[in-house]
Amino acid sequence: MSALSNAVAQVVTQAGETAGLDGDALKSANGASSAGFAYGLAAIGPGIGIGYLVGQAVQAIARQPESAGQVQTTMFLGIAFTEALALIGFVVFILLKFV
Amino acid sequence: MSVDEPLGVRIEGPSPAMAVAVDIVKRAVWVVPVALLIAAGFWGADGVWSTLYGLAIVVVNFLLAGWLLAVGGRIGAAAMGAAALFGFLLRLGLIMVAVLAVRNASWVELVPLGLTIIVTHLLLLFWELRHVSASLAFPGLRPAPTPNPYLPVRDRADDPVDPDAEPVRSDRR
Repeated sequence: MSALSNAVAQVVTQAGETAGLDGDALKSANGASSAGFAYGLAAIGPGIGIGYLVGQAVQAIARQPESAGQVQTTMFLGIAFTEALALIGFVVFILLKFV
Repeated sequence: MSVDEPLGVRIEGPSPAMAVAVDIVKRAVWVVPVALLIAAGFWGADGVWSTLYGLAIVVVNFLLAGWLLAVGGRIGAAAMGAAALFGFLLRLGLIMVAVLAVRNASWVELVPLGLTIIVTHLLLLFWELRHVSASLAFPGLRPAPTPNPYLPVRDRADDPVDPDAEPVRSDRR
């Protein structure tokens, strides 16, 4: 992961130097790209998780339609828990970028 | 409902997702004073406003999630799946817009705002999860007592039970 973030920082640095940015602007650009990268990565996992969760829930409802209520309840809580990971990523992004 | 087309299964009746969301919002009412006290202690008035804003974001997020799933479920299971996934994207976008829109406001402290979003979200979820697990049913609705088919049927509750009576068995297993 650190190799990946280093690669991103290198790309941003090269792009900044090409655009004629000075040291502070480059540092700021690197911080912004890292924060955005962290948020993007943090959203991938929950996206996969919610997709899998909903797929299994739909399958369960199709197999046992009479249990749709309980499946939906559990699914909703599962989605919300999975989404918490993305929210953590978002808050980290906000704190990295603006604080 | 047709099992041949599982993705077309419509989920009728009151939506459990919306019921859970409303139940979570009711619990959030109890969280508000505690969160405001903590925010006031650490960050002052700006922290209180930021915490209130964060709480509003969390509450709207839950309600929107429940409503999207309810609407999707009435259309079909595939629509419910789409509502879950695209709703996730939509809500993340809305939260981002809501935070970025106020980040430069004079009354905003980003640290309590971010902490409120994460902590309240998780706290309310664990609280609700505990309730749902305890009742094994929809929130606020304990399962109605169902007659036990293996017990002898009595006309009145105070009638003595005949010890020699054969237990009444149900055909459904």
